[in-house]
Amino acid sequence: MPPIIEIQKLGKKYSVREVQPYLALRDVVSERIKNIFSKKGNATNDFWALHDLSLTIEKGERVGIIGRNGAGKSTLLKILSRITPPTTGEIKLRGRVASLLEVGTGFHPELTGRENIYLNGSILGLPKKEIDQKLDEIIDFSGVEKFMDTSLKHYSSGMQLRLAFSVAAHLEPEILMIDEVLAVGDMEFQKKCIGKMEEVSKTNGRTILFVSHDLSAISSLTNKCIFLDNGQIRSFGITQDIIGQYASFQKKSITYQQEILRQEPTITKVQLSTSEGNAVHGNGKPLSIVFDVYMPEDDMKNMNLSVQIFNQLGKPATYNWLFDYNQPFCRKKGINTIKIFYPNLKLYKGSYFIRVHLAETKTKQKFQQLDCCYFDVEMLNMTEPDWGWQTDVCQYLEEATWIVNDEV
Amino acid sequence: MEHTETTIKPPAGITINFKELWQFRELFYFFTWRDIKVKYKQTFLGIAWAILQPLAFMLLFTFIFSKTLKLDFSVAIPYPVFVLSGIIVWNLFNASVSHAGESMIQNAAIIKKIYFPRLIIPTSALLVSLFDFFMAFIIFLAITFCYQPIQWTALVYFPAAILLCLLAAFGAGSFLSALNVKYRDFRYAVPFLLQLLFFASQVIYPVNVIKNTQLKYLLALNPVNGALELFRAPLTGLAPDMLLVSISISTTLLLCVAGIIYFRKTESYFADIA
Repeated sequence: MPPIIEIQKLGKKYSVREVQPYLALRDVVSERIKNIFSKKGNATNDFWALHDLSLTIEKGERVGIIGRNGAGKSTLLKILSRITPPTTGEIKLRGRVASLLEVGTGFHPELTGRENIYLNGSILGLPKKEIDQKLDEIIDFSGVEKFMDTSLKHYSSGMQLRLAFSVAAHLEPEILMIDEVLAVGDMEFQKKCIGKMEEVSKTNGRTILFVSHDLSAISSLTNKCIFLDNGQIRSFGITQDIIGQYASFQKKSITYQQEILRQEPTITKVQLSTSEGNAVHGNGKPLSIVFDVYMPEDDMKNMNLSVQIFNQLGKPATYNWLFDYNQPFCRKKGINTIKIFYPNLKLYKGSYFIRVHLAETKTKQKFQQLDCCYFDVEMLNMTEPDWGWQTDVCQYLEEATWIVNDEV
Repeated sequence: MEHTETTIKPPAGITINFKELWQFRELFYFFTWRDIKVKYKQTFLGIAWAILQPLAFMLLFTFIFSKTLKLDFSVAIPYPVFVLSGIIVWNLFNASVSHAGESMIQNAAIIKKIYFPRLIIPTSALLVSLFDFFMAFIIFLAITFCYQPIQWTALVYFPAAILLCLLAAFGAGSFLSALNVKYRDFRYAVPFLLQLLFFASQVIYPVNVIKNTQLKYLLALNPVNGALELFRAPLTGLAPDMLLVSISISTTLLLCVAGIIYFRKTESYFADIA
């Protein structure tokens, strides 16, 4: 039997212009005129989001796709779901496809719950007849049956998600593609949905493609895994092996450096200082991170820098932010240096990395989001409990005092 | 289980995949149904709005032109009937073009997340306007019968006029919807252009007030004029000027071809630029 998904030499090129949100006619006209005089032709800044990617997936395989931001995970999924066309190469899909790049696509606030089930279902490719048949099951599964004839705008966001997931869980395609969508909503209900999807996929041999940052979800939901790096497949194999590779690949350095490529705010350097050498940090010790931010012009106001520390499963543990209106920064042209200081970082033993966001609050423009500085936390200078430092018991240690018996 | 095989390749060529459109036929229905439902939900008068606006304009124009200014257009039919027929056909065109033109942007969130033949979106926008038209059309028939009879030829001419109008709106609408995604300027230009077109259409004045024949046929490039010529034939009892109608049909076909080609050409990249 031929493989259910066959990808050959797939490539996707974006020119920087296409990345811009939209064009105004005046920009095009003025650029054309400029080009007449400069005779330079179109200065294109091409960027290959995917390059020369070949892959075959057999029926019934559940495949996770991991990789850093910008590795091309979402682009791959978008091409596979035919939302955007490839620039080169060819894909063959042998089966009915459903893609969930978002839950509740097409939900309309003015329509009732029931009406939205029909709308969302048909957008996702369910024939009306099938929706009619499954309607009771979908309503039942969502747990919001009391509000079926209420406008969606009166639903809480949690209820909307439940309804959306419920429709999604009842799709029965041969190939299902899911992007990060499961990362929202309440855990309890998510598990119910994943359970439902797993049940169907195991019994009917459904093929699943799943993109996520959440490595724990990847490892519980998939049996094979693709590690994408710079638009190419770095490795493809059994999930546990690939996750291990990915983790060790990330553990490269506590320094991040980047050249200035474009005339826009850029993080050029991130330097993490751990308490010990070799990218190891002692629990409870002070930690600092220094950022170099390049600014293309003077007096850029409304900048925002935020930092998250993520654990090895891709879950955020801390979040700190800096707003220009609280404390002016990045106001001068050239390199600006900012430092964040954690007086006693109480993260629990484990592997961590930093995610930095650079944005402008007024236009809501996001300049950069990057993952960098991979480090380990060890429990130094602390008495080890009798059972040793177990992994995954907590994310951080809170200071507390125990008071027993008479003194309470 | 049916065996489906899909091949994804870089875009090449401009063809309409009718088989695929047929597979997605339910989506036409659901998009149209959603827009009609949403449009009249939470309105006090509901669908009556589709009727009130043309009626108000009919009264207004009748009052201004025949009662106040006492202009004599020497129309072959009572002026209120004349104006109302003009307004409902114009509204069909106007609403179709402007809804279709905006439709791709309004549905950008869906376009970015799911695949279906994009042509469904502007087409469903047309169907919404057609629904409004039929509401007004019923009232139009009722009012007309109060004044005068309608000839049996209406069974041919009315559908022909509506079809011509819809095709022209489809061409212009799909063209504009694609342009709107790429250049947002057109959102502001379209209402203005449509307003100009209103005065170049024989909605409130008859074609025979234009004495200059060249100008008359030049105005026939406007497909609404061809549609109106056909639509009013069973009312006046006069045969439609077929040269005028043919000119309108030619522009309509041209609009459709240009609209589809441009739409198909830009369609694959909508998700990247919307």
